[in-house]
Amino acid sequence: MGASAYADGMDTFPKFLLLNAERFGDRPAMRHKDFGIWQSWTWKEQLAEIRAFAMGLQALGLKRGDRVAIIGANRPRLYWSFAAAQSIGAVPVPVYADAVAEELAYVLDNAGVRFAIVQDQEQVDKIRSFAGEIHALTDVIYDEPRGLRDYDHNGLHDFEKVQHQGAALLAASPELGDAWEAAVRNASGDEISVMLYTSGTTGRSKGVMIKAINAVSAARDTAAFDKLSERDSVLAYLPLAWVGDHYLNYAQGYVAGFSMNCPESSETVPQDLREIGPTFYFAPPRIFEGLLTSVTIRMEDAGWLKRKMFAHYIGVAKKHGEAILEGRPVPLGGRIAYAIGEFLVYGPLKNVLGLSNIRVAYTAGEAIGQDLFSFFRSLGINLKQLYGQTEAFLYVTVQKDGEVRADTVGPAAPNVDIRITDAGEVQFRSPGQFSGYYNQDDKTAETMTEDGYVKTGDAGFFDKDGQLRIIDRAKDVGKLATGALFAPKYIENTLKFFPNIKEAVAYGDGRDFASAFINIDLQAVGNWAERSNIAYASYQELAGHPEVYRMIAGNVEETNRRLSREPMMAGAQIKRFLILHKELDADDGELTRTMKVRRAFVADRYAPLIEALYDGSTEKFVDTEVTYEDGRKGRIKATVKIMDVRTFAAESAPAREAAE
Amino acid sequence: MNIHVSPQPTDTADDGIAPGGVLMEVRNVSLSFGGVKAITDISFDVRKGEIRAIIGPNGAGKTSMLNVINGFYTPQQGTIVFRGRERRAMKPHHAVRQGIARTFQNVALFKGMSTLDNIMAGRSVLMRRKLFWQMLWHGPALAEEIAHRRVVEEIIDFLEIQHIRRVPVGKLPYGLQKRVELGRALAMEPSLLLLDEPMAGMNLEEKEDMSRFILDVNRQRGTTIALIEHDMGVVMDLSDRVVVLDYGKKIADGPPDEVKSNQQVIDAYLGVAH
Repeated sequence: MGASAYADGMDTFPKFLLLNAERFGDRPAMRHKDFGIWQSWTWKEQLAEIRAFAMGLQALGLKRGDRVAIIGANRPRLYWSFAAAQSIGAVPVPVYADAVAEELAYVLDNAGVRFAIVQDQEQVDKIRSFAGEIHALTDVIYDEPRGLRDYDHNGLHDFEKVQHQGAALLAASPELGDAWEAAVRNASGDEISVMLYTSGTTGRSKGVMIKAINAVSAARDTAAFDKLSERDSVLAYLPLAWVGDHYLNYAQGYVAGFSMNCPESSETVPQDLREIGPTFYFAPPRIFEGLLTSVTIRMEDAGWLKRKMFAHYIGVAKKHGEAILEGRPVPLGGRIAYAIGEFLVYGPLKNVLGLSNIRVAYTAGEAIGQDLFSFFRSLGINLKQLYGQTEAFLYVTVQKDGEVRADTVGPAAPNVDIRITDAGEVQFRSPGQFSGYYNQDDKTAETMTEDGYVKTGDAGFFDKDGQLRIIDRAKDVGKLATGALFAPKYIENTLKFFPNIKEAVAYGDGRDFASAFINIDLQAVGNWAERSNIAYASYQELAGHPEVYRMIAGNVEETNRRLSREPMMAGAQIKRFLILHKELDADDGELTRTMKVRRAFVADRYAPLIEALYDGSTEKFVDTEVTYEDGRKGRIKATVKIMDVRTFAAESAPAREAAE
Repeated sequence: MNIHVSPQPTDTADDGIAPGGVLMEVRNVSLSFGGVKAITDISFDVRKGEIRAIIGPNGAGKTSMLNVINGFYTPQQGTIVFRGRERRAMKPHHAVRQGIARTFQNVALFKGMSTLDNIMAGRSVLMRRKLFWQMLWHGPALAEEIAHRRVVEEIIDFLEIQHIRRVPVGKLPYGLQKRVELGRALAMEPSLLLLDEPMAGMNLEEKEDMSRFILDVNRQRGTTIALIEHDMGVVMDLSDRVVVLDYGKKIADGPPDEVKSNQQVIDAYLGVAH
């Protein structure tokens, strides 16, 4: 495949590191806000940092083929660890930093890591508590020494000291550096560049192996597609272990030579975004949703003049914004009004959000609501969608500038082949495609077709204009007892487009009708409650409030109305719903670490509630075990109400009462 | 940057006290308000590098004791020896100069000012350039401010409050306000830090956070701490030695385990008739 498209021998990231130090030597490669000031490293300096650390790792005994876990927040030293490990032929394995100790230990042992490079004491503690179960692990290196002074330092090292030792070795015998550089230049692209663990929506996570040549080719294809260059910059704030972060920031950053900016802490991201003003940006839909919600709430608190001005110019943007962005014809009056709006509203708003300099922005991972999508595009932000997965090293499809819609994910990305099977499953072959799951050949065989395509497990179809539309996970698409198609994710996404609904889980496969669990959005509903003088002490109390139920019932009814307009989906409207007494949480196993619902687990855990949805009861008592952030367990007891909702006849026929 | 910051009050190295040596000693202190005896003939010491707790039921005289150490009250009898210097009466700002900082039961911050400014305010006592230069904000005053800002940023990093650097303190939740107050006290780089009920009004998670910060202040920065606290669990976990007061009198003094099993302490907390 596309892997052969580049014949210049640049087939590993460390090779790009050397190249960038030559061609962009004095340009910034990395920034990190520390002690309130942006510290920066040029490509030359970054090369020196990485080389010294790689020497230190070698001195500790890290060898070609060893695997190195990298665990922590977005910090320069952790990013350097990737390149340092790769430069000596070791394989970096990033792991989600918020994984509980047991999950972490499973991945570390499964990957057979020898070294772990971690951010701080928290990660060291987690590893130590399961030390006996991570069999191959010999050494742990930490970035932040705080709290670790009194620890037994047998097999535990300070990053800085390892790096200093490496630098000292280099100073003593410079030929070591030349040997290192020669080894980097002679490395083969056929070696594994990185091993990324899937988030485990279904069962245990699997280690996805990506070969260097595949990783580099894919990154070069998309960097060229979006014309990324050394003048671009990104804010690296996504989880380090997620393919998106590794691809968009690390892989594209190395091939294009742009600068990566690490936030001060996860809580300062909005501020850091504003200060950096990146040109390339990725965020999952829920972040855009959060931005819009906070803008809306703040505008509601603003004075009347500002509110009026905002409402007026957002109206102008809605009318002309997307057309202007896409270069379609717009009447002169519209252009003038939009220009004034840019000066008065859009410009300042984008500036506050840190989106002033955006050239290309992407969203993916979940469906995005039309209104939400259009809102950002109408402000002049080139927001597009892509579809991808870890097994593809991210990109499968991507939207072209000017051909962007909310309900599709675009045509195949450069050099990617896509086909839809008779069963409706999307399959692809791509330059970045993985070379197998680590130590799980049976799972690899299950995922690959004989002719080399990867099964995505997603059901979808191509629209007339050649853009892919994803309906749901193929195995989740079912049928109601009536025979109507039941696509739970489609229903859930339609529900989640309402700001009041944070999460939804739909049921209905093999049943008489569709029903749903709902999680309210505490920020949006809480704000509404405050304005409506509704007192509440907890999520649970607010979730059970009759007024909240009434409001959500309205949203569900509107969802049904929308479903009724889609010929394929009209048969599975929601007849009954309930609002869960607790928020679904990754710590309780209800969500994956990437915040996706684990449907089967939730169904199992709340089986009595599902029964209640179908046996006609109006309320049900539940007693649920919950896990607090520190790992302790507690119980939540509640009586959950169940409510009936109106459904609509297919197409726009007059509404009829149902189930009442 | 080679900027000289004014001499620290926490010249921990040259006060001649080795870790574990006596940093402060309270000798036979009595304090009364009119006829009310708040503290009666109390003696104890605080050793360098330890976390020392002062506990007791309501009205036992804990805060009065802190106020005496702090120089806010002058005891009628007894003396306090701090770093080898004996004293009887002292103003709070003298206490600060000598290296004693404290936090209060009720948060004492400038609510309208940002976290950063509040902590900077904690450094004002260490600033050498006086009003004139500071108003000019130029030359030596500017250099001095940069040096102080650096220390403040280290404290912000240490307490993990970067995200509220620019937020007015009045807008913060209570738990964070307490953390900022701790930061303000740390900004003085004290050799003795007095904490008056650092966990009061906090939920469990906030208490755990605060406990970790107190331990870190002690272990990483080497600050000696004397604290008053109601939450017995916290006190027993955190402190190296505990002194127990009841009705203004000392009824026990020793390591947590010893104090916990002391019959007089148990009686005081269960409320036996006096």
